[in-house]
Amino acid sequence: MLTRRTMLTTTAGTAAAIGLMPPGAASAWAKTPKNMVVMAKQIDDMVSLDPAESYEFTDNEVDANCYSKLIVPDTADPSKLVGDLAQSWDVSPDGLTVTFHLKSDKLFASGKAVTAEDAAYSLQRVIKLNKAPAFVIGQFGFTPDNVDSLITATDAHTLVVKLPALQATSFLLYCLSANVGGIVEKAVAEAHATNGDFGNAWLKTNSAGSGPYSLVSWVASDHIILNINPHFTPAPQMKRVAIRHVADPSAQLLLVQKGDVDIARDLTSDQLKSISGDKALHLISANQAAQMYIAMNEAVPQLAKPEVRQAIKWALGYDAIAQNITPDTWGVSQSFLPKGLPGTLNETPFKKDVTKAKALMAQAGLSGGFSVTMDYISHAPYSDIAQAIQADLAGIGIKLTLVPGEEKQVITKTRARTHQLALLEWFPDYFDPNSNAQGFCYDPDDTDASKVRVPAWRSHFADKTLSADVLAASKETDNAKRMAIYADMQHRFWDIAPFAFVLQKNDVATLRTGVNGLSLGALPDFTSYKGITKS
Amino acid sequence: MRRIKSLSETLSSVLVTLFGLAVVTFMIGRVVPIDPTIAIVGDHAPPDVVAAARLQLGLDKPLPVQFLIYVQHLLHGDLGRSVMSSHPVTQDIAQYFPATVELATTAIIIAMLIGIPLGVLAAARQGSRFDQLVRVISLGGQSVPVFVLGLVALLVFYVKLGWAPGTGQQDVLFDGTVPRVTGMLVVDAALNGDWDATSDALAHLALPALVLAFFSLSTITRMTRAFMLDALGGEYIVTARAKGLSGTRILWRHGFGNIAVPLITVLALAYAGLLEGAVLTEVIFSWPGIGQYLTVSLLNADMNAVLGATLVIGAVYVGLNMLADLAYRLFDPRVR
Repeated sequence: MLTRRTMLTTTAGTAAAIGLMPPGAASAWAKTPKNMVVMAKQIDDMVSLDPAESYEFTDNEVDANCYSKLIVPDTADPSKLVGDLAQSWDVSPDGLTVTFHLKSDKLFASGKAVTAEDAAYSLQRVIKLNKAPAFVIGQFGFTPDNVDSLITATDAHTLVVKLPALQATSFLLYCLSANVGGIVEKAVAEAHATNGDFGNAWLKTNSAGSGPYSLVSWVASDHIILNINPHFTPAPQMKRVAIRHVADPSAQLLLVQKGDVDIARDLTSDQLKSISGDKALHLISANQAAQMYIAMNEAVPQLAKPEVRQAIKWALGYDAIAQNITPDTWGVSQSFLPKGLPGTLNETPFKKDVTKAKALMAQAGLSGGFSVTMDYISHAPYSDIAQAIQADLAGIGIKLTLVPGEEKQVITKTRARTHQLALLEWFPDYFDPNSNAQGFCYDPDDTDASKVRVPAWRSHFADKTLSADVLAASKETDNAKRMAIYADMQHRFWDIAPFAFVLQKNDVATLRTGVNGLSLGALPDFTSYKGITKS
Repeated sequence: MRRIKSLSETLSSVLVTLFGLAVVTFMIGRVVPIDPTIAIVGDHAPPDVVAAARLQLGLDKPLPVQFLIYVQHLLHGDLGRSVMSSHPVTQDIAQYFPATVELATTAIIIAMLIGIPLGVLAAARQGSRFDQLVRVISLGGQSVPVFVLGLVALLVFYVKLGWAPGTGQQDVLFDGTVPRVTGMLVVDAALNGDWDATSDALAHLALPALVLAFFSLSTITRMTRAFMLDALGGEYIVTARAKGLSGTRILWRHGFGNIAVPLITVLALAYAGLLEGAVLTEVIFSWPGIGQYLTVSLLNADMNAVLGATLVIGAVYVGLNMLADLAYRLFDPRVR
């Protein structure tokens, strides 16, 4: 007779037996070759590898390892720029012309030398194709009609970029260092061009760059294989990089523990905690510029009151959320500029102060509280964080109804300006403060006809002072003065903005012991495979 | 003549079902509260780029016009282009579906080979400890979520015992080494005469196929047992016993012989269920099949891919049902 006791005993016994089983250390399966690195990663966001179109995290990361740019932020100090393909660059006294002098020893994966003609072609095709990231360069006034005359190669190693109007030089340079500034081999792109697409259809799934690796194959949501660019110097130790799509972080953990992959990229906070004593693994991490924030739509009457928005900021338990829900993977960040970006004030002016928050609610005439909804992305860690926010706001009388949704569903709602509160994530498009400043402070036209539909517009945050400051900072050629403008903007933002910045992402990779040299950074295109070694 | 009429009725009902499926999938694709342009241009794109993407997707046209264009393309075998892969959806389905067929076919064969004898023997020994054990196993298959079983199987057979390789369809060493013929890796590796790759692919197939088989096995066992109990209570069984036939002969020839036809329907539905329902198994085992393709497409609002994959899975389901129906008519003279 099968009783409940027998079943429970059997189940518990089986579970205990599984737990006590020694790991299959002698498994014949767990081997990766010495000159090849195998990485487990969620790569299902990948859409296109063409630098003129690539816009997602994985796209940019892979592009960064296949394409070189004119200039890149220094890995040791990203607030400084260093030459990648460019040996040096000069700025004309009027600030309107930047001349890049290219290195003569840089070769594409095809073996052909990188020329200024390739660089001019690459930047021109970005503007002419006008894909999603084109605005990063297009915002300086380049159009399909003028770009051929404004971005030119005067000889094989000299590229001249003329600005239609004065802009901060550092702003331009950081935008050229973005993923969209990847230099494509003109001859290869043109050989595969169809219907005047500058090779875009082909370059979506192939590469033609001068980075340390070139693409061998990409099967969407399955794998990406990169082979070494034989002409890249100094040659990377890893001849091949295989990135396997492993959607489930638990499966990633098993694979890296067994040695079937060398690196796991998407482990959760709990999993990272569970492997803290594992000598077969080690972690590397870097602050990523992605931030999590609460958007408060000013179209909601209660949220239109500045006191209520401030009350919400003072009601949140920032440290508790970071320490209890997202240790290792997200840390507290309260400025609209993430840590690491030039101009960021590394200050956290808000801490949980229920008394102060309640006083602000009373000032707003809402001491009895009110009800509001909050949309959030229905997966970890957002779900847990949303619940923590719900509890924090309940403490000051705000009854929060949580509305879970898929990421694109939540974004669709905020783009339509139909959210009330929304817990969202944002990352800068390029490594310059203008990216986030424009996103969160610039709303010169709050009507539905606006052509600037950034997060500020989506939450009806149309502050004339901040909008003017965004433009002033983008044009300020004195870098110290420019950074001072951003400092003032951050203070004003904390006082009035309908955005509560809560956390900043920490990119953590789990590596097998003996695997080193993976470089992570603030933006996805700062991730570099060329230094990876295995011993 | 009656057979032709019956066949044409079946075919027309299939066509109506497929048309209904196309309508439903199209409407679902248009009413979901997700802007499909986000999948193409991302969240940060300026309005002119978003507008161009809407134009490219034909979203500027009225809904009925969009549907007519969709059906027109469908009739030409054009399911549109996937945003995620940049390939035509038909090409993607041809890429991913064979991996699902390979997994589901292996699983259904395992489930049949184990489930049918278990069901028959459990019915023959109704009420015995063996019967109780079979019922517990069936219950387990029905009640344990596939992702739990998949992770436990990985933990035991991959991590703890080291008997099985990790996730994926093959070891990274064999990536790109097997020329694609059928898309089913085990078959292609064997056709290529690459026995190392074949054994590697088989090893990778074993664990997800067993996990998936466990779920079908429970249904097949339960249904086989029920059919057999019904059959064994029949008068012809009493007659067979009275004639002094052996127990084995009664069980397999007279009992099982009479349940084979209804079992075909169960097997066809179980197989169709595996083809469409391997989603979680594919995600857990990083199996590059249609289930994973559909999941990723759905999460990325890649609507052409979602509609195409749903339509193909639906068509396969309908097709297998039709085949089961035809097989029923073929083998059972009572329904001809």
